[in-house]
Amino acid sequence: MASDIAQPAGTHGAQIQHPVTSTGLPNMKLAMWLFLASDCLLFGALISTYVLYRGSSIVGPYPSDVFDIGYTSVSSFVLLASSLTMVLALSAIQRGDQARMRIWLLATAMLGMTFVGGQVYEFTTFFHHDHLSLTTNLFGTTFYVLTGFHGTHVAIGILMLLSVFGLSLGGRITQDKAETVELIGLYWHFVDIVWIIIFTVVYLIPTGK
Amino acid sequence: MRKKTRVLLGVGALLLVAVACAPNATQSSLDPQGPYARKSYDLFVPVFWVAATIFFLVEGALLLIAIKYRHRKGRDRIPPQIHGNTRLEIAWTILPALILAGVSVPTVTTIFDLARKPAGEVMNVNVLGHQWWWEFDYPDQKIITANELHIPTGIPIYVTLCAVGNGYDHIPAPSVCEPGPPDGQPPAPVGNAVIHSFWVPELAGTQDVVPGRANTLLLQADHPGTYTGQCKEFCGLSHAYMKFTVVAQTPDDFAAWVRGQQADAAMPLSGSLAATGLNEFVNGACIQCHAIQGVEDPNGNPLVQNGGPNLTHFASRACFAGCILSTDEDNLRKWLDDPPAVKAGSWMPDYGLTPQQIDAIAAYLLTLK
Amino acid sequence: MASVSVPAGGGRGRGLLARPTATTGFWSWFTTVDHKKIGILYGITSFAFFIVGGSEALLIRLQLARPDQNILKPSVYNEIFTMHGITMVFLVVMPLSAAFINFLVPLMIGARDVAFPRLNAFSYWVFLVGGIFIYSSWFLGGAPDGGWFGYAPNSVVDPSRGMTFYAIGLIITGIASTVSAVNLAVTILNMRAPGMTLFRMPVFVWMSLVVQLLLAFSLPIITVGLVELLFDRRFGTHFFDPAAGGDPVLWQHLFWLFGHPEVYILVLPAMGIVSEILPVFSRKPLFGYQFVVFSGIAIGFIGFGVWAHHMFAVGLGPVANTAFGISTMIIGVPTGVKIFNWLGTMWKGDIRFTTPMLFAIGFVAMFVIGGLSGVTHAVVPSDYQQTDTYYIVAHFHYVLFGGAIFGLFGGMYYWWPKVFGRMLSEKVGKLHFWMMLIGFNMTFGPMHILGLQGMPRRIQSYPASLGLDFWNLVSTIGSFTIALSVLIFIVNAVSSFRKPKGMEADPWDARTLEWSTTSPPPEYNFAEVPVVHSLDELWHRKYAETEGGRVVPVAAGGSGTEAHPPQGDGHGIHLPGPSYFPVLASIGFPVLGYGIIFNWPLAVAGVVILLTGLFGWALEPSAE
Repeated sequence: MASDIAQPAGTHGAQIQHPVTSTGLPNMKLAMWLFLASDCLLFGALISTYVLYRGSSIVGPYPSDVFDIGYTSVSSFVLLASSLTMVLALSAIQRGDQARMRIWLLATAMLGMTFVGGQVYEFTTFFHHDHLSLTTNLFGTTFYVLTGFHGTHVAIGILMLLSVFGLSLGGRITQDKAETVELIGLYWHFVDIVWIIIFTVVYLIPTGK
Repeated sequence: MRKKTRVLLGVGALLLVAVACAPNATQSSLDPQGPYARKSYDLFVPVFWVAATIFFLVEGALLLIAIKYRHRKGRDRIPPQIHGNTRLEIAWTILPALILAGVSVPTVTTIFDLARKPAGEVMNVNVLGHQWWWEFDYPDQKIITANELHIPTGIPIYVTLCAVGNGYDHIPAPSVCEPGPPDGQPPAPVGNAVIHSFWVPELAGTQDVVPGRANTLLLQADHPGTYTGQCKEFCGLSHAYMKFTVVAQTPDDFAAWVRGQQADAAMPLSGSLAATGLNEFVNGACIQCHAIQGVEDPNGNPLVQNGGPNLTHFASRACFAGCILSTDEDNLRKWLDDPPAVKAGSWMPDYGLTPQQIDAIAAYLLTLK
Repeated sequence: MASVSVPAGGGRGRGLLARPTATTGFWSWFTTVDHKKIGILYGITSFAFFIVGGSEALLIRLQLARPDQNILKPSVYNEIFTMHGITMVFLVVMPLSAAFINFLVPLMIGARDVAFPRLNAFSYWVFLVGGIFIYSSWFLGGAPDGGWFGYAPNSVVDPSRGMTFYAIGLIITGIASTVSAVNLAVTILNMRAPGMTLFRMPVFVWMSLVVQLLLAFSLPIITVGLVELLFDRRFGTHFFDPAAGGDPVLWQHLFWLFGHPEVYILVLPAMGIVSEILPVFSRKPLFGYQFVVFSGIAIGFIGFGVWAHHMFAVGLGPVANTAFGISTMIIGVPTGVKIFNWLGTMWKGDIRFTTPMLFAIGFVAMFVIGGLSGVTHAVVPSDYQQTDTYYIVAHFHYVLFGGAIFGLFGGMYYWWPKVFGRMLSEKVGKLHFWMMLIGFNMTFGPMHILGLQGMPRRIQSYPASLGLDFWNLVSTIGSFTIALSVLIFIVNAVSSFRKPKGMEADPWDARTLEWSTTSPPPEYNFAEVPVVHSLDELWHRKYAETEGGRVVPVAAGGSGTEAHPPQGDGHGIHLPGPSYFPVLASIGFPVLGYGIIFNWPLAVAGVVILLTGLFGWALEPSAE
């Protein structure tokens, strides 16, 4: 990513990795943390909506009718594993090992795609087999919108991973650009943690219906 | 039948006169006419004076400082650079906090006071907010009316508020709103259930009327009179035209009113214009929405209220159409001719009635005292 | 134009379009990433929306001037008051504050630009296209007509297309503000000049920081609400559908969880401006800098805990009403003590009643009134009478117009020489001020009475029988007086450009760093990055304080003083170059928006435009 920060006077042309900042944190990293904090509230509001409306659906199907905890556990594990591969990708590029980074980035993206694929399969089953749509009842409404937002976040993450993978093939992700991978890693881990919360609150916590 | 009609007409006329001459047909919250409105008022007044005092002190200080420390020509000085005074700042943080703490005590007690259903005698009324008119049901007296809420003076009225619309809410018990019509009734086809707010400031503060919730409100009138109110929460096109009146009567007068309302609708003299009107009413679209107690549909079944106001004693009410029109022949003709032209968005459509039909129906409705 | 190093002709040829290089000329405004130009763009656009929103207000007042009028029929009236609210909140006060924050914050902290200049440009363009998108609804099926607050279920069942434009349009402008919030927060936290600790920052910068954090944490909540509203309208979901078990009050919670921090977002920048102006024209420092800063921070935090005071009559129950009544009283304290700090600043000062000072004092005077009426709302049982009446309309106009707008006008007069290199006329400015003060109080003062006497809000007309005629007429006359005063300001502004450009750096003998550079500043802001030794750094370079607090001018020759900003021409300073991609990417949003309403392929096109813009931006060769 092109470094777009205005340089302090007197620094000619040199490839400064991290211009001096008042907090010591690089701008992009601070920005990513702030953005993720903001995104917490987005998911917080969506999860709150789900929880508030839990048990309020007037007609079925209800969560206990459709959820397959075993299946979703596997797909959650897949996403968790992708956080591991993400960490490995970062440590590879921090060592300067571009080839290894590419492998682990691709692995992360593929695990992410597996997760999304798994969700697509799960939702089509809910839709065709259990007749649960966005508009069937409150459960359908809140469930699909919450998981849909999460899935969109994952998809954007996959897009970023594959983009960096592609740039790396062109030789543009070198050791001094490791921060880029770190930032995507932060985002990816965030998306993973949100999933853990969603999985626990939506799937695992038992409800009356 | 004739004598009864005349008696009813007489009582109705007297009531109309009494209502028209009632004092205080205003909507001011600064003129409480009952204990619940007075609670809000009695809190507001001292707080207002505290605020006014602070206003005079602060603005006065501002003015004095601006005048006293204004730059004067020829004296170009930079004043001493005072950075602050921690003790003073702490003091002027604590002082307002203390004042507010003082205000909060009666505030909190009044909040709980107003939320508690009083022990002792209480009259239950159900208020249903439609787009854009108010329905008043008396579950204990088994009366259904609209636009004009009659209450006896001197006792608390416990109001349950339900929003009505596609899906028709009904109130099976005090403080309970249930979606769907009462058993055996078809769902109301008119209007959307949106949030309204029931406000008659001289008798009480507001509570919102929220679809899916059963909010309650206490009101009480000290003296007989007419008190005006209207919807306070934006509810669509005719939000400004969703008014009502509260007619407070002495307990005896109220009892007489109740008996009048419980009676079946007056039957028009056969051969009269009103009789023609009744015929039009029963055989036209009117019965799809409006009920009149004592009138049957062409199949011999009693009429069912289905989205429109109950018209059994229509002419006993001083106003109609969300209380924006007084009940007289001209207004009735205007309304029946083209309701949406009178009231934007009216769910009662223009039925394309002929002038003769309008005359007849109007004549009939005006007999329903 | 100084010889700032920016790549000549063409960049390195990668990326979809060669990176532009011009930093002057008409088209450079579309590709600029300079925070000062972006600030000016925000200012011009928000002022244009101010005229539109003000015209909507005049229409409302015309309709309500007399009872029983039908100048605007109910459907149109509902659109006008809805758009007035949306415009003033989202398209005027927020971006006008953003104009000041954008222009001034880097200068005040001694930086050359914000942390992410292209992202800054992107925020502006997304705001602009979002505002245009909302307004395009007038021509595409009707403007939003469910109130700026859009309460469900009415906003869901409303048949006109306008509320869908509302939902999508505010999501778009919300994205602009969220992105900008991250950008400016990072700038303030990370890009301060050497020696500028947090407690040496000007109060305006502090207030800006609190505002950015409020934006970052409140916007996501309303975004969720708007998405749920959009889905209910467009796809038939049941978020606010009571027949399916949904609760319309959920909308209110989500809206006000944003909406309350929003009012502090609206007023804190103006409070920051007032905190800069009062010391300069009293020739004394701000009284109790730390208290003022801490109260701003406290307001930020407590602001998230009072939202249901907009919902006292909804039926949340006495416990909830009590809790929020008390939290609302608590927040009155930090808001109120600032008034005393401002009075303390003027006390024993040497006060010059320039136009900026008049507006700042006007802010204080009007905000006291608005704040006090706010306290009366916190008395919950009293609020049962006040809520949804013109008494509330009076309150928020006193704090938002008498407060925020007055503060922002004060800021315009104060910083006009810095931004444009010319002064606004003092004589015309004073006429503007007095006319606006009188007109404002005539318009909104009577509304206190109208509300208490029984006039609800959002009503298209009222009957003659309620005795509301007189004060409504006075209010209407007041509103046209305000309009006249705004015209006077426009005349002032336009005439100022007839004067030659180029002013002294520090015409007001001010205290903060932006006055240490030329008027207007060069593209690179400072020839040398300043080193900061204290709060009110510029003042301390000009004057030394003796022990008794007496002030003595520093010997001439210090750098950065009045007529002699440091001689540098910016040689060797690298600035980020202009870019097409922010404006290009921003176009994706309205296209996506129209697509959601009308035509799915169009929505896909919108996403493609957005992604193309973002990729081009990410891969763009840097300006080196």
